[in-house]
Amino acid sequence: MNKTGKRSSVGKMKMIKKGTAGRIIKTVFHYYPVMTSLTVVCILISAVVSSIPSVFMQNVIEIIEQSWRQKLTWADVGGEIIRKVLLLIVMYIISLAASIAYNRMMAVITQGSLNKLRKDMFGVMQSLPIKYFDQNDRGDIMSRYTNDIDALREMISQSFPQLLMSGTVVISVFFIMIYYSLWLTLLIILGCVIMYLAINKCGSVSAGYFFRQQESLGKVEAYAEEIMNGQKVVKVFSHEPECEKEFRKRNEKLFRDSDTANKYANILGPILMNIGNLNYVLVAVIGGILIAAKAKNISLSGLPIGISIVVPFLNMTKQFTGNINQVSHQINPIVMGLAGAQRIFSLTDEKPETDDGYVTLVNVDVSPDGQITEAEKRTGKWAWKHPHSADSTVTYKLLEGDVRLNHVDFSYEPGKQILHDISVYAKPGQKVAFVGATGAGKTTITNLINRFYDIEDGKIRYDSININKIKKSDLRRSMGIVLQDVNLFTGTVMENIRYGKIDASDEDCVKAAKLAGADDFITRLPKGYDTMLTGNGANLSQGQRQLVSIARAAVADPPVMIMDEATSSIDTRTEQIVQRGMDALMKGRTVFVIAHRLSTVRNSDVIIVLDHGRIIEKGNHEELIRQRGMYYRLYTGAFELE
Amino acid sequence: MKENIKTLSKSIGEYKKQVIMTPFFVLIEVVMECIIPFFTSGLVNNIRAGCGIDVILNYSVKLVIMALTSFAGGTVAAVTCAKASAGFAKNLRNDIFHNIQSFSFENIDSFLPASLVTRLTTDVSNIQMAFMMIIRTAVRFPFTLVFAFVMAFVMGGKLAFIFFFTVPFLAFGLIAVIKTTTPLFNAVFKKYDRMNESVEENISGIRVVKSFVREKFEKRKFSKTSDDVCKDFTKAEKILAWNNPMMQFCIYVVMVVVLIFGSNIIITTTGADLDVGQLSALLTYSFMMLQSLMMLSMVFVMIIISEESAQRVCEVLNQKSTLTSPENAVKTVNDGSVDFDKVSFKYSEKAKKYALSDVNFHISSGETIGIIGGTGSSKSTLIQLIPRLYDVSSGSVSVGGINVKKYDLKTLRDSVAVVLQKNVLFSGTVRDNLKWGNKDATEEQIENACRASCADEFISEMPKGLDTYIEQGGTNVSGGQKQRLCIARALLKSPKILILDDSTSAVDTATEAKINLAMKKYIPETTKIIIAQRISSVKNADRIIVMDGGKISDIGTDSELMERSEIYREVCISQTKGAEIDE
Repeated sequence: MNKTGKRSSVGKMKMIKKGTAGRIIKTVFHYYPVMTSLTVVCILISAVVSSIPSVFMQNVIEIIEQSWRQKLTWADVGGEIIRKVLLLIVMYIISLAASIAYNRMMAVITQGSLNKLRKDMFGVMQSLPIKYFDQNDRGDIMSRYTNDIDALREMISQSFPQLLMSGTVVISVFFIMIYYSLWLTLLIILGCVIMYLAINKCGSVSAGYFFRQQESLGKVEAYAEEIMNGQKVVKVFSHEPECEKEFRKRNEKLFRDSDTANKYANILGPILMNIGNLNYVLVAVIGGILIAAKAKNISLSGLPIGISIVVPFLNMTKQFTGNINQVSHQINPIVMGLAGAQRIFSLTDEKPETDDGYVTLVNVDVSPDGQITEAEKRTGKWAWKHPHSADSTVTYKLLEGDVRLNHVDFSYEPGKQILHDISVYAKPGQKVAFVGATGAGKTTITNLINRFYDIEDGKIRYDSININKIKKSDLRRSMGIVLQDVNLFTGTVMENIRYGKIDASDEDCVKAAKLAGADDFITRLPKGYDTMLTGNGANLSQGQRQLVSIARAAVADPPVMIMDEATSSIDTRTEQIVQRGMDALMKGRTVFVIAHRLSTVRNSDVIIVLDHGRIIEKGNHEELIRQRGMYYRLYTGAFELE
Repeated sequence: MKENIKTLSKSIGEYKKQVIMTPFFVLIEVVMECIIPFFTSGLVNNIRAGCGIDVILNYSVKLVIMALTSFAGGTVAAVTCAKASAGFAKNLRNDIFHNIQSFSFENIDSFLPASLVTRLTTDVSNIQMAFMMIIRTAVRFPFTLVFAFVMAFVMGGKLAFIFFFTVPFLAFGLIAVIKTTTPLFNAVFKKYDRMNESVEENISGIRVVKSFVREKFEKRKFSKTSDDVCKDFTKAEKILAWNNPMMQFCIYVVMVVVLIFGSNIIITTTGADLDVGQLSALLTYSFMMLQSLMMLSMVFVMIIISEESAQRVCEVLNQKSTLTSPENAVKTVNDGSVDFDKVSFKYSEKAKKYALSDVNFHISSGETIGIIGGTGSSKSTLIQLIPRLYDVSSGSVSVGGINVKKYDLKTLRDSVAVVLQKNVLFSGTVRDNLKWGNKDATEEQIENACRASCADEFISEMPKGLDTYIEQGGTNVSGGQKQRLCIARALLKSPKILILDDSTSAVDTATEAKINLAMKKYIPETTKIIIAQRISSVKNADRIIVMDGGKISDIGTDSELMERSEIYREVCISQTKGAEIDE
């Protein structure tokens, strides 16, 4: 669609790994082995047939010539001509059938392959560790589903068939040409060489400028983005003329690059066209001269050069140059498509999150004497099933929510240690709060507890089981999480709450919403629990969205909860409502709270003050106030966070 | 659509010349393209008749000249076309940007920044491509069709009647395909967008997905939507797949008819009505005609694709600012007094609830006023009426004794400096950012402003001081530092009224007190209006306005309010409770 954008990537040509084209073809064949083979055959048939008319034309003209020479009438030769043409019609019908078949099959193959690739990509993406999402820009991941898939569509549906088609036509026409006359063939080859040079020259110049155009566009975009986001400040400072001046400057540069890039790209058309025209003229002239001079012909057929050869040759010249022109149009889409394919493959080649955990979470029955037995059905009681490989026994440990970190060290990148010797004990039902500046490592700790990242040194135990032994999905299922940035999904309010527990009944969800204090506003929505949420719940206020996310965590009913800055982007008034929901949710659970506002952590059992990845203070509110340390200064407002 | 074309075409501006030139030169190119086969057929006939080399050379010179003319026309058209479309795109971007700059706050609120950026970039690029296609092919197609038709008749006589069948056949076929696929594609593109939106949701909510172990659930959900999209796309593309065979069919028909009837005519008239040369030219023409029809259908698709973009761009271009300076505007502000007289305000006419209702107060020049109240009590709304960022719904706001609607907007906003709650710094050095306040500020003025806002401390600690580069969005300074820089920037305007909208929330209390003190010293005549969450920020103001639910609940000094305002007392107590434990 957007050719301006696509051309730029010719610069990417060098960055494309070898074998990407082969891999994408192999992939398509793998998805649709029969249909793809059939398509190739059909394209070949169609291509060969479309190069054949020249032969028929030669035949017919020869007959015409013959009729003139021998003064024959239509009655004498008409039958033969009609016979020849009938043969041609038969071939045409075959070709047409092949064409209809492959064009329709291409639609299925293209869309089907893209669909499978997309699903593969999404499937792999779901299995990737959080690290991948932290390291890659969201827009960058996203563009694989949009730009790259679109580029791939163009390549599979247009470029590949076109290349195969044009390639076959060029080759078969080439043989037909040699069959008739070597001299004229050489003329056409000469034209092709010049065309190739023109494509090469013009193409690389314009590619260079398209690349620059893309850069300039990026600069315009960056500036526009900055100003659009600060538009109110611009107004307040009456800074509009200055902004416009800067914008115009960048826009002017974009104009110049875009102009030059398109100029060269556009010129290529007339150049190729007229090289074709000149070639056409040249064939006519040289052919004429050869006939006039009665020159000796060199050809596979051994036919003497005559009008019956020159005329079809003229058409073949058109066909030949036309197809080369077609191929030149496919260069950019192919480069774009390959670059896209490579990016898609780089995602599907990512290593999924590994999980060596063997301790699983199961439903259990507990007999009055404390005996734990595994249950088939939901019992409301859970236990860790721990198989011991040494003596091949299985032990069960009730799920309680006791989390302990012992001397934990961690770094995201080797050498840049984020956490130093962190030890935290959270007994079942306790509330542990982390306080500290941005970057002190608060969120990092919670990332380790649910194994979004793995620790470097030390140990984390959950119900006294090393969390490395626990199956990740079960570990995570035993913890709820409420984050500062609420992510809701497109769907009804009910579906969003049910996200916490897929098999929850409507009653369960309403109960959870009531617990979170969300029921009140939900029932006042136009369609209550069936209200559709779109765009991350754009139709709800921030506080309401947070309440839904709390209800979502509540329906999961996990023994451990992580609240990461759950109220920090909400105003103080709404916070009180949300806080009530959170307090209700936290009751009877082990809770890790990360908070910006100290008012929310006061009633914690333990408050941990972090600074640059180290614990600098630990204790309850009263103890820490008495210490008159960092917490005290923060609390009294004598020190700014962030 | 028609309206959009009218709106967009205004942006052609100085490139009108190129826009007109392009079709003209395309015309030259096409004329030559159409004549060449005609002449070649003459050449072929002559060769067949056994002419001499001199005739052939004579023809060839003419033909080469024609090819060169065509090349020249094509090249010039290529150049002017590139310039016309790139220039058009440039003007369009400038015009969009210019119009956005004239937006009022109300206008700004109605567009997401990201959507404005898309309109400026992707949408304009789409329009540029479509425009280029249109001006190049608009003339090419009809002309090729007519010319090839005429030539075919001139040379082929009744044989050319074959075009009466093939051309309408292909034209109707293409129209039918476009007509049936357009609604299908429109529908599936919407589905496709929704699918990609949900992917985006998944990516940004990946922590939620993984925390709730919903990977499989998400995979199933995506699979279903993706299959659905695939099904619809395939259906539409299968219809589109008729285009190629239709084109082939037409060419085949022409070929067969020309071969049979052509050879018949040639033989029966021994070359008088039709000769071998014309036979070949006829095929060339038929190919040209059908090709240009295909091109035209591609142009239609381009136009359909860019239609949406055009619509989105026009939405911005046609948006008129809801706030403009009056004629004969007042260009000086006398002093920093502010009067609200029976002011009511709502954000949009459709809104049921007034954000402000019946607000009355007077602020004398030089006073320090604190504003306090819960979220949603319309504190920010109140102060935004002073520099006329929004217009009142009823009542009047006056600055320096004159209704704000009578001022020139720039004059008013230069005198009333607002440090917005959601403030931004722009990429550039610290100095560049501060100079937004006053582009001719001297070094001394800048230093003074920094001192008053307590920004001097951390600026001096920065490696390059005032020349330190601020990243986009000010990501390399902390929240408190950003707020102090924003205050300094506002101070440099030497305003008559300075409004701080929760601008010290991330600054610690000690520094905040220092800033307040410095302001009293540095700009005693300036009226200062301070919105704050913390009571300590406004405690020492001359008067404090307590807002509640869009109304003024009370106005008075700290001690007065402690006595008679319950809201004020409540806020005070809730904020000092923590400290009391200790004391």
